[in-house]
Amino acid sequence: MPMDGGDFYATRVKVYPRAVSGRWRSVKWAVLSLLLGIYYLVPWLRWDRGPGAPSQAILLDLDGRRGWIFDVVIWPQEVYFVTGILILGAIGLFLATSLFGRVWCGFACPQTVWTDLFMLVERLIEGDRNQRMRLDHEPLSAAKAVRKVAKHAAWLLIAAATGGAWVFYYVDAPTTLLKIVRGEASLEIYFFIGLLTATTYLLAGWAREQVCTYMCPWPRFQAAMLDEQSVIVSYQKQRGEPRGKHKAGASWENRGDCVDCRLCVNVCPTGIDIRDGQQLECIGCGLCVDACNETMDKVDRPRGLIRWDTLARQQARERGTTVPWRPVRPRTILYAAVFAVVAVVMLGAFVLRSATDLSVQRDRSPNFVRLSSGDVRNSYTVKISNKSQQPRNFRLAVTGLPRAAVTIANIADDANHTPTLTVHADAVGTFRVLVTVPANQAPTGSQPIEFVAADPDNQQSATHGSVFVGPPR
Amino acid sequence: MPTKIEKDAVSGRDTTGHEWDGVKELNTPLPTWWVYTFWATVVFAVVYCALYPAWPWINGHTRGYLGYSSRAELTRELEVQTKERSAFVDRIRSASLEQIRKDPELFNFALAGGRSAFQTNCMQCHGAGGAGSKGFPNLADDDWLWGGSVGQIYQTIQHGIRNTDEKSRQTLMPRFGVDGLLTPAQVGAVTDYVLSLSGHGKANAEGAKIFAEQCVSCHQADGKGNQEMGSPNLTDGIWLYGGDRDSIYHTIFFARNGSMPPWGQRLDDATLKMLAIYVHTLGGGR
Repeated sequence: MPMDGGDFYATRVKVYPRAVSGRWRSVKWAVLSLLLGIYYLVPWLRWDRGPGAPSQAILLDLDGRRGWIFDVVIWPQEVYFVTGILILGAIGLFLATSLFGRVWCGFACPQTVWTDLFMLVERLIEGDRNQRMRLDHEPLSAAKAVRKVAKHAAWLLIAAATGGAWVFYYVDAPTTLLKIVRGEASLEIYFFIGLLTATTYLLAGWAREQVCTYMCPWPRFQAAMLDEQSVIVSYQKQRGEPRGKHKAGASWENRGDCVDCRLCVNVCPTGIDIRDGQQLECIGCGLCVDACNETMDKVDRPRGLIRWDTLARQQARERGTTVPWRPVRPRTILYAAVFAVVAVVMLGAFVLRSATDLSVQRDRSPNFVRLSSGDVRNSYTVKISNKSQQPRNFRLAVTGLPRAAVTIANIADDANHTPTLTVHADAVGTFRVLVTVPANQAPTGSQPIEFVAADPDNQQSATHGSVFVGPPR
Repeated sequence: MPTKIEKDAVSGRDTTGHEWDGVKELNTPLPTWWVYTFWATVVFAVVYCALYPAWPWINGHTRGYLGYSSRAELTRELEVQTKERSAFVDRIRSASLEQIRKDPELFNFALAGGRSAFQTNCMQCHGAGGAGSKGFPNLADDDWLWGGSVGQIYQTIQHGIRNTDEKSRQTLMPRFGVDGLLTPAQVGAVTDYVLSLSGHGKANAEGAKIFAEQCVSCHQADGKGNQEMGSPNLTDGIWLYGGDRDSIYHTIFFARNGSMPPWGQRLDDATLKMLAIYVHTLGGGR
């Protein structure tokens, strides 16, 4: 029990953000349209890969275990590219934060984008801040019920479209949409649409700023990337205070420019007062900047009482001097350097990745076979991955073992003769390979050897080490 | 029972109504969402108990309205699998061994099915990779008692060796020593001669004479055996029952007549075909 007699659980004060217009609101609308456009439309991009391959530009085929990204096909063992992208995303986020504060939170985070969209819908149906507050305090009436039902229906529709779009990244979009509509899609698809519909509806419609304040870990440690040179949304205290109401035509002597109109508080999507200084709840969206500029224009004072600024510049201004912004500093250089190194490494790995992969596993039961002629034979399971989009023929050879004969045991019909191995496009060919060595050449115990699968058409080859085991003497 | 719920003067909140030596406790109820979640789980449990098997009973358990059982689900899944496989299995049943080997799709299906059946039925004697052991032939080498073509392998699997099946492979090696056909000294001489065929023991005239009289009818004059009769090649380095002098002496004196069950009586024809094709690819197929 807190000593002040308060409650263990803070009761949520519902936030009714007011509509605002201005430069940052426009930027937010533009970013929102761009990101939502990408999210909803990308699964519908088509890409011709020829017959037998999916025609969706971006498709993460979990059943087929392939990631199709335009002309790039990612195999499961190459999932480290995803790791690389995540690392780049994290370091990029650090860099952006150390330069511009919480731009990610304020402009690009899905929670912000969808909440913004849901608030827009809410405003269109229920009206702006004051109308919404009044509506919530009214007793239930037919008119109120109609508005509430319409709002939640619209929210659920957007949420369902969001869940649907998510699913389309994993399955062919046009055919699956038809199946979903006809009720023929698989249970998994309906489950994930339902799950993401629920999360979108609850997080963007109901939880909103609570996600940022209580659920998200990022606000807790993003402060570690900030310093006095990071550009953040800030209230120019030395100019604004002492604040107070101002009558038109009255003098501005001995008072601050803040007229205490509370517009900055009313437009804030997290319901805070920026004039209290930098705080955890602030997502750095800049809507209070727009609101304050509107008021400053009205009272005919210069804009920028609330503005994007660094702590260092603000402190200098309080002392009556100015300092330049320093975007280049050890912190940002470090982040940029790490970003560049990881990017170069990942790009190098991507450019140098081979379309051929070879893996060899020696059969241990039996360890070796002695033929009636006395020759010694080992058998191996050889897997050749053909990551290209055409069928390819490989020649398999063994090095490190003189006079070894290589035969394939599991090719239909003409077994045991031609070591030319055909592997289908975008597939793994599995071959049972027999390596036979004449009796007088057989090694005693284990001898290292190397398998080489070469594609004579494009000179590409892959190697894999193994051993050949002969009888003990 | 709570004695008296009263308001706490300092915090303005209710007490629990309990009092211990003058100490009262403030009532701090659980968060509402937690209580709702709790009641939701209670409702879920009741519904679940009604729909699914839940409570143990004297002679079993409650069945539930849906009549679900994991065994029935398994049966259903197996039926679905059998149905999915049946397209291939039917094709394999109606195709000849050669046709299966020429069709990559059927061939791969047969290899997988054969491997699975081998691990269930054959590896107990022949080993997981077909390596065999003393008395149980190695299926991965190129030395075959009854023939290594896929058809011969199929027939061996179907009817077995030296059993009660009418078409089983039937030959008997005489018990030369036990039945008095040869004296121990003669057995010793022919043992040395047999060893000399693969370049190990001493060739001797007595052994050669006995071999010509007693052994060539099955093992042939050159000792290379006869797959029609299941008589092994004595000139190579592969010995099913051991290639040292004592083992060969024992073999001639007491005879060896290995047996294999007729799998045609236990497995369906498609499985036999898949097994034959799988064994054929183990390494020694001809």
